[in-house]
Amino acid sequence: MAGEFGNPEVVQEEVDILLIGGGMACCGASYEMMRWAEAAKAATGVDLKIKLVDKAAMDRSGAVAQGLSAINTYIGPEQDPADYARMVSNDLMGITRDDLAYDLGRHVDESVHLFEEWGLPIWKLDENGERHDGAQGMTPLKDGGKPVRSGKWQIMINGESYKWIVAEASKKALGLDRIQERVFIVKLVNDKNDPRRVAGAVGFSTRDHKVYVYKFKACLLAAGGCVNIFRPRSVGEGTGRAWYPVWNAGSTYAMAAEAGAELTMMENRFVPARFKDGYGPVGAWFLLFKSQATNAFGEVYMQKNKELLNDYPPYGQAAVPASCLRNHLMLKEMKEGRGPIYMDTVTALAKLKETLTPREVKHLEAEAWEDFLDMCVGQCGIWVGENIEPEKKNSELMPTEPYLLGSHSGCCGIWVSGPEDIGAPTSEELAGVPNHLPSGWHWGYRSMTTVKGLFTAGDGVGASGHKFSSGSHAEGRLAAKAMVKFCLDNKDWKPELDTPVEQLVEDIYKPVRNYIEFKDYTTAIDVNPNYITPKMLQFRLQKIMDEYVAGVATYYVTNEHMLNVAQEKLDMLKEDAQKMRAKDLHELLRAWENYHRILTAEAHLQHILFRQESRYPGFYYRADKNFVDEENWHCFVNSIYDKNTAKWTCFKRKHVDLVDKSKLFKPAAH
Amino acid sequence: MPTYVRTDKCDGCKGQDKTACMYICPHDLMKLDKDGSETGHAMRAFNQEPEQCWECYSCVKICPQQAIEARHYADIVPLGGQVQPLRGSDSIMWTIKFRNGTLKRFKFPIRTTPEGSIDPYGGKPSADMAKIGQPGFFVQVNGYRAGNPAELIRK
Repeated sequence: MAGEFGNPEVVQEEVDILLIGGGMACCGASYEMMRWAEAAKAATGVDLKIKLVDKAAMDRSGAVAQGLSAINTYIGPEQDPADYARMVSNDLMGITRDDLAYDLGRHVDESVHLFEEWGLPIWKLDENGERHDGAQGMTPLKDGGKPVRSGKWQIMINGESYKWIVAEASKKALGLDRIQERVFIVKLVNDKNDPRRVAGAVGFSTRDHKVYVYKFKACLLAAGGCVNIFRPRSVGEGTGRAWYPVWNAGSTYAMAAEAGAELTMMENRFVPARFKDGYGPVGAWFLLFKSQATNAFGEVYMQKNKELLNDYPPYGQAAVPASCLRNHLMLKEMKEGRGPIYMDTVTALAKLKETLTPREVKHLEAEAWEDFLDMCVGQCGIWVGENIEPEKKNSELMPTEPYLLGSHSGCCGIWVSGPEDIGAPTSEELAGVPNHLPSGWHWGYRSMTTVKGLFTAGDGVGASGHKFSSGSHAEGRLAAKAMVKFCLDNKDWKPELDTPVEQLVEDIYKPVRNYIEFKDYTTAIDVNPNYITPKMLQFRLQKIMDEYVAGVATYYVTNEHMLNVAQEKLDMLKEDAQKMRAKDLHELLRAWENYHRILTAEAHLQHILFRQESRYPGFYYRADKNFVDEENWHCFVNSIYDKNTAKWTCFKRKHVDLVDKSKLFKPAAH
Repeated sequence: MPTYVRTDKCDGCKGQDKTACMYICPHDLMKLDKDGSETGHAMRAFNQEPEQCWECYSCVKICPQQAIEARHYADIVPLGGQVQPLRGSDSIMWTIKFRNGTLKRFKFPIRTTPEGSIDPYGGKPSADMAKIGQPGFFVQVNGYRAGNPAELIRK
């Protein structure tokens, strides 16, 4: 029966492995997985059934949809994975999982070398130190070609088609029959016989009136980070110009939490300091073009305010201080009235031109524009609209609204099982961890969460960070291997959903039902006492988070009282989420995205409330606990959510260093 | 921008059920107005939620008629500028017009292999099931960084 609006067709399918998402992580997973599945079939006769579900189109889905101008994680032959793990740790104020970062560091270049083989142009340095774009046929990285470093870990690319290229390889590996695009998975379903296990997932098509019910042994939940839970600085059309992709709705964290997975470091957030309004990247300007950021009087605040770094030992004392502390130094200038903050592009380019030939100057200008055109065309839109040519006029910088993510310079996410060969703890020394949760940092399958059969990668894996595009791809591959092994070890297990399919369909289509039932009560479609539009619900969420949970409205300041007020308001918002309306499938997509945002926001709030310090000065401040407390809070804050009581439980887990961090602070070491 | 669709160029992808821009938009913004009831322009696509547009340009780049352009966020950007790409199979050409009339053009490579030519497992070994529990991927392309064991202080 063909479905119709309000009466969808129900499509049920049982697979062994479901991949939820189509970004870098799931592309990596599918590429690696199909090869292991083929080998498994040859060795054991088990023919694993695999499917990938993406709410968009893989060619342009996920955070790399628009393209990128750099690959931010490339270790190279001259650096050690331990160096990488140290950098990740310090940038995130000391509390990350070295096992996860180290494991990623030793694998990530494998993915980068594949990207180049598939056709991604990677900039190269010639023997004279001159830079060339990636289409000059120079020696590939895998054979010793020299990349153009725009930082210790970053390499420059001509990356407009980065995602298109990576998706092509993965789509071919999977075969089109294993790909379902334009289906938005909104809920995981636990197993009927084991509530600590995942057995299925449900979602709907944004194109046809169909609900999809999948049963599986294992799934990879990799649906990105979370954008637009805070009121953005631009609230008109510019709402869409989020720094991170506007379609990242916290689905990864919310669905995992509802399934019972342990989350970690959800108090962490990222507040990137970017070109104002367009949120164009600053990395190449700082590191490649050697530009400096100043206050309105031309003073370099990183120099002027450097003594503030001493308030946060040891994280402020590394050669590159933690990202949040760099914001902290900038915010002092803004709060004391010495804004705007500028990127001094004029001086930087003039200085570079002193030693360049006219040909090289022309190339330099193209490089500067390509940096935006590859990944943030909107910033160019601002430059042309405001007549900004970077060699003639400086551009403003601004810290953005907060974002939640685990793959960029952030570390919120899900607690996962790590590698077994790096010396990670096998027990938990701190009290208060709920009994049913594993102790130690590995419990059998790499990248599996504390819910059996539920795996994650990319923005989903917490307490690590700085994976970026290449690391997310590599992390998807690590998960894929483990998932194949998991399925082989559980080959006779049959999933059974703990909720009847009819109930799941009703839950998913509730916003549609609300609309159909009440739409004729009023003459104005958007004003109705019986329902709320997803758009207004999002405004309410953003207002709460901005004003009480350390958004831009308060210069990122909150306290216990403000957080408690916010929680009261969120409780009512959650109740009202049941009254969201969807007048079409597009609005049903928005309704569920916003539901995921609410749960993610709540996790963020609860973690900030639990952690009795301000771990990330410059990203957020607890005014009532405005210090970093290494003695009591140098630990992970983790949580679980009970979907039946709608309550969060937060607890500590002990932090342990697996590599020596003191090397960061010895002048000679780096 | 939001992106906008020019009535004089869009052909609704010649009456197919879904347009190229609908296929590609990562945020489900583009919609085909089949009968003109939503826009007054039958068989033309439009951006149904401009304030959710990331200006990622996926629709602009894929449109076979070059019917889609961007008018940058009206709540932020002064009028008159334009940033327009023409994406080919191996490079992309950008035409950049400033509000004051200044024009710039740039061309950048986008890939070094023909589109559709990737052979994902060509010349690659099969996975070795004996290694499924060990570090490393099914294939190594000179990128595995084993690391100095002395760095692991708890091992």
